[in-house]
Amino acid sequence: MSAIDGVFEKLRAERRAAFVPFITAGDPDLEFTAETLRLLDEHGASICEVGIPYSDPIADGPVIQTSYTRALAAGVRLESILATLRGVSPQMTAPCVTMVSYAIVHRVGRERFVESAREAGVAGAIVPDLPVEEADALAGVCRAADISLIQLITPTTPRDRALRIAAASTGFVYYVSVTGITGERTELPPELVDNVGWLREQAGLPVCVGFGISTPEHVRQVAAMADGVIVGSAIVRRMAAASQQPRQQVLDDLARYVDELVAPLAKH
Amino acid sequence: MAGPRTTSTARSLPDEAGRFGEFGGRFVPETLTKALDELAAEYGRARDDDGFHARLDGLFRNFVGRPSPLYHAERLSRHAGGAQIYLKREDLNHTGAHKINNCLGQALLTLRMGKRRVIAETGAGQHGVATATACARFGLDCCVYMGSEDVRRQKLNVFKMQLMGAEVRAVESGSRTLRDAINEAMRDWMASVDTTHYILGSVVGPHPFPLIVRDFQSVIGHETREQCLEQLGRLPDVVVACVGGGSNAAGMFAPLVDDEDVRLIGVEAGGRSSEAGEHAAPLAHGRPGVLHGTFSYVMQDDDGQTSDVHSVSAGLDYPGVGPEHSYWKETGRVEYAECRDDQALDAFDLLARTEGILPALETAHAVSYAVEVARSMSPDQALVICLSGRGDKDAYEIAHLRGQSLD
Repeated sequence: MSAIDGVFEKLRAERRAAFVPFITAGDPDLEFTAETLRLLDEHGASICEVGIPYSDPIADGPVIQTSYTRALAAGVRLESILATLRGVSPQMTAPCVTMVSYAIVHRVGRERFVESAREAGVAGAIVPDLPVEEADALAGVCRAADISLIQLITPTTPRDRALRIAAASTGFVYYVSVTGITGERTELPPELVDNVGWLREQAGLPVCVGFGISTPEHVRQVAAMADGVIVGSAIVRRMAAASQQPRQQVLDDLARYVDELVAPLAKH
Repeated sequence: MAGPRTTSTARSLPDEAGRFGEFGGRFVPETLTKALDELAAEYGRARDDDGFHARLDGLFRNFVGRPSPLYHAERLSRHAGGAQIYLKREDLNHTGAHKINNCLGQALLTLRMGKRRVIAETGAGQHGVATATACARFGLDCCVYMGSEDVRRQKLNVFKMQLMGAEVRAVESGSRTLRDAINEAMRDWMASVDTTHYILGSVVGPHPFPLIVRDFQSVIGHETREQCLEQLGRLPDVVVACVGGGSNAAGMFAPLVDDEDVRLIGVEAGGRSSEAGEHAAPLAHGRPGVLHGTFSYVMQDDDGQTSDVHSVSAGLDYPGVGPEHSYWKETGRVEYAECRDDQALDAFDLLARTEGILPALETAHAVSYAVEVARSMSPDQALVICLSGRGDKDAYEIAHLRGQSLD
């Protein structure tokens, strides 16, 4: 059982949905990343998703892309990201999962990547460009290290395939709310309720919903249908201000925003 | 021309998972899987459909002007002082390069899938122009992504695309070249996949693109094979093609890989030097890795971040290469060499002055290396260069490099 399973067990008992914020590691630097993670943990994050910057992120919209570009331009490396997580994760209640391109996992080596992630206290990995057909080898390594390999299902995924993906996934299933890239949207698609409802009945794993979620109203809607709510671009956009504004001010603003998002997650 | 579409070997690769040996496959976000599965299935049906081939052959003949000639370059041969050099004149195709072969094939697939909108990426602009052309021919909406650095280098092609009704979107992210244009086209496709087909322009990207593009370009190799048998009474000794993503080379080589006596040589962009970032030659200097949905040789750092590359030619300015080329490199069936920017520019001048042909700067890389190889051969031997495109589009850039202005 990974730390992720423990989180959902506890939330189930409390009848609460998980709040899963996403941040880019190293934007603008890793010290700020560590501070942000501590803040998110204190303000109610259930799991923190840490984006490992990648040069060619085809599933990401402009906010996360430019954030990755800034972090890479500032010289962030995988090793230093994991060193930061090793330092900060013991101070947090919420476990961290990494969002990482398979280009990086392959280059570093599956075993080495998983082993160094485990040493850094990472509880799970999301590899958005590794389809289920190619995931067996990495899944095996993750299982041995007790790291969840969280797989994605999208509105374009046929239902028989969705079941295969859910069966191969561990920790939770990441349901992508929209056909498209990451980024804030004004409205969530109407068919989301049915799709997530079906998946939750069938999956045998918690289902968290991400892409496009940015307002307390979105969080309320998603929390009513899913086991967790993932918020990425809206947080990354606020953190991006840290390269121009005083950091304490950015963190204070972020804390207020997170409090607003978390408020609708009270017991339901 | 009649005859098999691909050789027996090429027919058996890639496998069901899109693998050429260990290379290829599909490393894409889940959102795209369904569209790639549908494309593979539709292509499978089209491939077995005589009507589809008849329609494509008709377009090749009467719209593109195929078969393209195989031309004996006598003065160039004399200059090299070795083998007889033949040019497979893809530059004489409508739109000026081999790219139209693939675009027409994929436009027909778009129609079969009932999609009305097409997106494409372009580097030098040749694939963009060919896509805009095919879309105008079939009344499809067309949007072409192009790095803003390439928009600057290739403004004539940008204007041509616009004249044919395509929208050209300049991409400002990353290195603002071909690689970033592919990223942006993929992102568009992530959101538009239900109504839009992505006409990828080279033998790169996730399965089934490397297969589809190779097959549509294989008309080059099939014609070359027949023309050699007609004109020479035998197959050539050596065949040379330039390799960026590698579509003209794949189309030329695939029908010849089973002819073991034919030496096949792909020429990558050696850029300014072999220093990292100064060239675009992943087969020579890269390692196997993942980029743009496929597993192939790529220029990456130790963290898996894609490296910046350089070539004087926008069409070769790409950090990856088609997975089948990686396979041919690993199996030793094809040799891969490099040609530097300055050597390519010299070859451009050489072909212009000896034969009255302005080659594309991409193609000039193949010409340069081929002349070296021909020099080491005997006059009774034959070498074919895939003259993949014409150089009109490069006139501005060449003038710019010489400090001249054409405005």
